[in-house]
Amino acid sequence: MAISKRKKAQYRRITVYVLSVIALLAMVLVVDWGRLQSAMFQWDIVVEQFPDILTSAAKNTIIFTILGFAGGLSFGLLFALMRLSTIRPYRWFAATYIEIFRGIPLLVTLLILGFGIPIATGWRWPNPYLQGAVPLALVASAYMAETIRAGIEAVPKGQMEAARSLGMSYSRAMITIIIPQALRIIVPPLTNEFVLLIKDTSLISVLGVTAGTRDLARFGRDGVNHTANATPLIVAGLVYLAMTVPLTQLVAWMERREKAASR
Amino acid sequence: MNSDVVVSITDLNKSFGDNHVLRGIDLQVQRGEVVCIIGPSGSGKSTLLRCVNMLETPTAGTVVVLGRELTDIDCDLDEARAHIGMVFQQFNLFPHMTALENVCVAQRKVLKRSEDEAATIAHGLLARVGLVEKDNAYPAQLSGGQQQRVAIARALAMNPDVMLFDEATSALDPELIGEVLQVMQSLAQEGMTMLVVTHEMGFAKGVADRVVFMDGGVIIEQGPPSQVISAPVEERTRAFLSSVLNH
Ligand SMILES: Nc1ncnc2c1ncn2[C@@H]1O[C@H](COP(=O)(O)OP(=O)(O)OP(=O)(O)O)[C@@H](O)[C@H]1O
Ligand SMILES: [Mg+2]
Repeated sequence: MAISKRKKAQYRRITVYVLSVIALLAMVLVVDWGRLQSAMFQWDIVVEQFPDILTSAAKNTIIFTILGFAGGLSFGLLFALMRLSTIRPYRWFAATYIEIFRGIPLLVTLLILGFGIPIATGWRWPNPYLQGAVPLALVASAYMAETIRAGIEAVPKGQMEAARSLGMSYSRAMITIIIPQALRIIVPPLTNEFVLLIKDTSLISVLGVTAGTRDLARFGRDGVNHTANATPLIVAGLVYLAMTVPLTQLVAWMERREKAASR
Repeated sequence: MNSDVVVSITDLNKSFGDNHVLRGIDLQVQRGEVVCIIGPSGSGKSTLLRCVNMLETPTAGTVVVLGRELTDIDCDLDEARAHIGMVFQQFNLFPHMTALENVCVAQRKVLKRSEDEAATIAHGLLARVGLVEKDNAYPAQLSGGQQQRVAIARALAMNPDVMLFDEATSALDPELIGEVLQVMQSLAQEGMTMLVVTHEMGFAKGVADRVVFMDGGVIIEQGPPSQVISAPVEERTRAFLSSVLNH
């Protein structure tokens, strides 16, 4: 007797459930939980991280992120407009910039700008926050430029034509008519960009910043060296999650709402 | 030049790459005149209209509106466009603004009118196109016919010397066409200079002072509607009219 398609699908699902439960049980039995906890989640070390991990490390991560985002957004908007310009050298410049900064790993850019330039020129970064945030902003602006450009291009052409036919200049039409409409399209991807930046700030720790400007990742690493235990890194990871998960959920919510509105 | 000429087009040519769309158009529009442009799809009607306010840059020829030569490189196009109203097939209302804001925004940003003055004018114009109590509605909350009437009010708010209509009713459901045509007709009766691309032969017949038939980027025939629509001389005009009137 042949088994129906639906019956088959049902069997397959049951098999997957059973296998998952077995795998989970095996993990629970095989792993030495006591050892794992003493190496990675010792309660007294967890408690030790506070309040500094919030008042100093998380604060610094947020400062780096906001500086990087604000700089990235301003330059990103500038490069997006240059990419859309009718003036060719502007387009070339922006396109080259975007290619370069998207093509080099952030870590390398951080090292070049954070260490390389000061060593080569004798010039010193006036502020340790800027030393990390400027390279971050330069890279972020390359990504944001493409997001913003896509948003502007998604606004129907008739909007610019209507604005121009009313006597508005190109820049006036951009500011009053096009960009407000583009914003609705680009807020979700820009929020994602913000989440990426939060995580990318962890790379700034390679610059060996001062104790007062340590970010979360650096704080966790120093904690590991200090306690010979991985707990500080786990706590740092949890603090990252506390920042990123609400934002990714916000993006998901915005996208659902947008989908519902466009139906 | 006669000061009563509002639009004067001389030997206008426009190509898109190899596509030679306008092939030497000469057209003059007098103050208060309503000129309807008819012709088959792809004949260059929209392109001609869009050259009048330089949304398209002509390849050759001159466009003069109220003594201003728009095709002159030194011409301030923003300033010139503020006096040329345009109504689009797809309305092109600003979706993030209410009806009132749509009518106010260029008054404020281009003509620098005060907020109160702009709002008063906008409110009056919306009433004039038959939209009362719709000031705070967003375009998405309006029917196509209502949106197009807001678009007309938006153009009128600039006190244009001439209005360009590019198939203003083509995107509308049949039952909404009448309300827009009525607004256009009353504008014509009030003496507005109008250049109207349309497929509405009834409107052209009833409202136009002059009908221009275009095909293949040239003007084939023009004259009063009683002549061009009711008794066309050219074979191509007859063929076009019989194809529109018979469906
Ligand atoms: N921006 C453009 N780029 C390239 N070709 C274009 C552009 N705009 C119009 N054309 C071409 O020019 C020709 C005339 O187009 P136009 O829109 O002026 O015709 P139309 O008479 O308005 O037709 P319809 O009645 O369909 O609106 C067409 O062949 C069209 O493909
Ligand atoms: Mg057309």
